[in-house]
Amino acid sequence: MNGTKTVPFPRAGGFPKFHLRNLTQRIGFFFLFLSVMVTVLFLGVLLVFIVARGIQVVNWEFLTQPPREAMTAGGVAPAILGTFYLTLGAILCALPLGVACAIYLVEYTPKSYVVNLIRMSINNLAGVPSVVFGLFGLAIFVKFFNFGVSILSGSLTLAIMVLPSIISASQESLLAVPQSYREASLALGASHWQTIRKVVIPTALPGILTGVILSIGRVAGETAPIIFTAATFYTRMYPSSVFSEVMALPYHIYALMTEGVHADKQAPIAFGCAFILLCLVLCVSAIAIYIRQKQRSKYG
Amino acid sequence: MDKQAFPHTARRPQSAGRQSPAQSPQKTDDTRDMAVRIRVRNIDFYYGNSRALEKIDMDIYKNRVTAMIGPSGCGKSTFIRLFNRMNDLIPHTRLDGLIELDNRDIYSSGADVVDIRRRVGMVFQKPNPFPKSIFENVAYGLEVNGIRNKKLKEARVVDSLKKAALWEEIKDRIHESALRLSGGQQQRLCIARCLAVDPEVILFDEPCASLDPISTRKIEELLLELKESYTIVIVTHNMQQAARVSDYTAFLYMGKLIEFGETQKLFTVPRNKMTEEYLTGKFG
Repeated sequence: MNGTKTVPFPRAGGFPKFHLRNLTQRIGFFFLFLSVMVTVLFLGVLLVFIVARGIQVVNWEFLTQPPREAMTAGGVAPAILGTFYLTLGAILCALPLGVACAIYLVEYTPKSYVVNLIRMSINNLAGVPSVVFGLFGLAIFVKFFNFGVSILSGSLTLAIMVLPSIISASQESLLAVPQSYREASLALGASHWQTIRKVVIPTALPGILTGVILSIGRVAGETAPIIFTAATFYTRMYPSSVFSEVMALPYHIYALMTEGVHADKQAPIAFGCAFILLCLVLCVSAIAIYIRQKQRSKYG
Repeated sequence: MDKQAFPHTARRPQSAGRQSPAQSPQKTDDTRDMAVRIRVRNIDFYYGNSRALEKIDMDIYKNRVTAMIGPSGCGKSTFIRLFNRMNDLIPHTRLDGLIELDNRDIYSSGADVVDIRRRVGMVFQKPNPFPKSIFENVAYGLEVNGIRNKKLKEARVVDSLKKAALWEEIKDRIHESALRLSGGQQQRLCIARCLAVDPEVILFDEPCASLDPISTRKIEELLLELKESYTIVIVTHNMQQAARVSDYTAFLYMGKLIEFGETQKLFTVPRNKMTEEYLTGKFG
């Protein structure tokens, strides 16, 4: 313009008429869709299988009575109760310790080499096979502290097993609290501890709770850590103290399928146990989702 | 209260042997009789090994608005965050030199950092209300500073919201979430929250950076009202804003204080060539 000659933008040309990218996109999406379908299929089959076979044996007697006739009849009440105690004990130990650990690691320690190392170790600890924790519990709690095979030993072993995941989940939610909240609080003259108590923890709480409740599901279903530390194949007695050994649902399933002589009568009971365990875990997850939604909608 | 806030007034070695802080080295005619609220002497500030602020001497005068201008990254925010020790939160930082609030060294070993932060309030660039109700946001500062009396708390919350020119808009919903307010309202809520703890100095770190022109005007009007009772320091990228609201202006460039003086003089007859170039948009 203004007299200067405008040079037309050179056209590159040479594009093919047929575009392969549309085809590759379709193929790509198809495989993604296929992955989802396969996953859903297997989960669905699992669910239907357990529910269909489990629900046949579940009735009032099954839920409230101890086993009879060498595991071939009666209920699984002691196992349900045992799993409840073990889970409760484990979470009571692991929750305060894990959350406190996470708060200290996120809020109080400077970002240094040592802290990174501790964080990495904790994350790696989460990947240790649970049977290793079982052996550790046997050596430390059952033998060294002489708690015997008991609720106490089992709970402590389970607690140590879930501690890393509780710490990680708590750390993640604490780190997700915007730094601007901390700055705002400190700038008003709040101490570091007041800031943590009144701003950071309430904001991180839904995330922490979600992590904790998912851990509850894991604790309830673990078998290996309690084989040596808490579980017994059969007892008619309900636990009288933390030093009693107990039956537990996951171990009971294992025992029913591997021991005893009446496999045909034991297998349905095992599926009943699996069904109850599944229900327990689903209930716990539902509670987690409910709490999270409630916290989120409170100040959206 | 002020006297007990700093039980020790021990000086660190760097500042020992320098002239008495009571004497201001650079008093010009227009500043001779002004009461100094914050006194900055010969400070250097480092992030790790890189120096962010270099040899700054400056006074912040009582009940005046002091604006900090300069291109992005020149150290304006870093500078004012020293006044309420906000930079303490950033690891590997170091300050040399002296910063006094009402003649007391705020970086002395005995300084009560929590009390300093109550007395030197701060409003941030991005409105940062807590995910709580409007009432709880303002009451928070009172609670952490030990005010438990419910009546007194309510009265001060309402009073602060009125002072921040927000009360009329939100008086029917003070128990609703603060996050549902508009950006401009959120920023005025942050100002109310800050006023509630009765600070002497208020630091504004680009308070209008994320606001629309109408909200910006409201905040500016508020600043002019607030300077009757507070000492105000404002960082801004908007030179018209600095000219409109401030009594004094400091121009920072690359961590150095290039020029500091009365806003009117600095904007009309800058002494330094760089200031002039920045004001006329030749760089920045």
